[in-house]
Amino acid sequence: MLELEKNNLTREIEEFAGNYNNNRTALMPLLEYIQGKYHHIPDFAQQEVARVLDIHPVEVYGVVSFYSFLNEKPKGRNIVRLCKSVICDMGGRCAIAKAIEREIGVKFGETSPDLKVTLEFTNCLGMCDQGPAMIVNDRVYTKLDPETACAIVREIK
Amino acid sequence: MIPNDVTNTIHDSSLLFSSYEAGSALKKALNMTREDILFELKASKLKGRGGAGFPTSTKWMLVAAAKGDDKFIICNADEGEPGTFKDRVLLMNYPFLVLDGMVIGAYTVGAQHGYIYLRGEYVYMRDYLEDCLAEMREDNLLGDNILGKEGFNFDISIVMGAGAYVCGEETALIESLEGQRGEPRNRPPYPVNTGLCGQPTTVNNVETLATVPHILLMGGEEYAKRGTASSAGSKLFSVSGDCDKPGVYELPWGITINELLEKVGARDTKAVQVGGASGVCVPKSKFNRTLSFEDAPTGGSIMIFNESRDMLHVLKNFMEFFVEESCGQCTPCRIGNQKLLEGVEMIERKDYTFSYINDLKDLAHTMKVASKCGLGQSSPNPFLSILEDFKDEIFLTKCNGGV
Repeated sequence: MLELEKNNLTREIEEFAGNYNNNRTALMPLLEYIQGKYHHIPDFAQQEVARVLDIHPVEVYGVVSFYSFLNEKPKGRNIVRLCKSVICDMGGRCAIAKAIEREIGVKFGETSPDLKVTLEFTNCLGMCDQGPAMIVNDRVYTKLDPETACAIVREIK
Repeated sequence: MIPNDVTNTIHDSSLLFSSYEAGSALKKALNMTREDILFELKASKLKGRGGAGFPTSTKWMLVAAAKGDDKFIICNADEGEPGTFKDRVLLMNYPFLVLDGMVIGAYTVGAQHGYIYLRGEYVYMRDYLEDCLAEMREDNLLGDNILGKEGFNFDISIVMGAGAYVCGEETALIESLEGQRGEPRNRPPYPVNTGLCGQPTTVNNVETLATVPHILLMGGEEYAKRGTASSAGSKLFSVSGDCDKPGVYELPWGITINELLEKVGARDTKAVQVGGASGVCVPKSKFNRTLSFEDAPTGGSIMIFNESRDMLHVLKNFMEFFVEESCGQCTPCRIGNQKLLEGVEMIERKDYTFSYINDLKDLAHTMKVASKCGLGQSSPNPFLSILEDFKDEIFLTKCNGGV
């Protein structure tokens, strides 16, 4: 990370936490913000968050590692989350997953080398009445079949 | 605003999905005393709709009576139970019903601030809900001196979850709001005394809050006329799986599984999973069981499996879910779920002994009493019920042409 980027990140963190009076309740929204913007929460950001909120960096790491939507390692700019709960599973999740893997060229659980796409399975998306479902970034897609799912991921490839 | 891929299919809308004018119940509530509201709720016999079924009037009364510098009301929109999607429909189609319920709750218990803990997977709703909140602030349904009620100041913020099922447990949710790992706390003390930031807090399910305005408008006793003796009123059921008409159904408590299956157009049904992954699996022979707190309770999830489904595969899916979602804090849940999953995989490979499977059943019973929170206490349910009720299918497999 360049010095300039570090300074920027520090400023952003200080500003964000300031809105919460540097209270620890700012931690989740703050981490979510960093994750959204940088697609992961780098070590440096974790340390800065800890400093600004006056907690130990390990506490921040503990929170980052607990939640599945927060990551310390870089992820793709686009994240595809395919629902693997039982109803979507019965609707053909497996075939859809294989089709997407072929389309993107990486397996589920992996990130493409150009950091464009990450494929992940996720637990119930709350779309069981119209599954199989997936979320691409913040947008939800339902009633998928292998062909429509591939058409959607092709856009972000 | 909301992606149009999401269609909310509503069937049998009797109460919650009837028309509601934003703010109408709140206006009525603000002309009542806090005691009167609690009395109406008590008369309605409303129980928490998240699944555990704690009486809402008792919870609110405890928070109202608790001493604290500050009090909070939290709307639990961390709907993570597989097969549940009723809260999604409520928040998207009837947001003002839920929000009015929160403001009424705040007035009743004396809270100044409310939080909606929205699960990360529902992030596409956030902007829409923020717009709803802004609209309410404009109409003075939120803010200072709400609707001219001197001294009643209340506002709501939305906090996003980050993909942790266990955060639907109320103390884990509070931990998450405080910026901690979502690990459940020891109880007691209960959140009604020592909740968010150590202050009295009430955590209510989306559906519970959405029911409150209707109870105030129609009267508690009138509401209690629906349903059964200890499960008053109606319930939203999220129906999915092998049926013609999946979607959300509002039906009175006490309906039998058979009646429900007929309504949703399910044929050749082999099993119904009542209450999500942590619920119980009901086989065909017991379809006369009623959906109620007395018999088969549910937070709303109804998953239907027809004759073509492999129940061991269903069980494996559930156990994988629990292994992944256990917060890892207490040993019975962290290790227990892994062992149960291993057992299911052994059965799948046909590499098991019955003595070991029986040991696992003992372990499952131990988990039920020894786990710290509802996750570990209920995760053995599908293991026990599926292995018991579908043992012929699972263990009597064909070998060499014979059975």
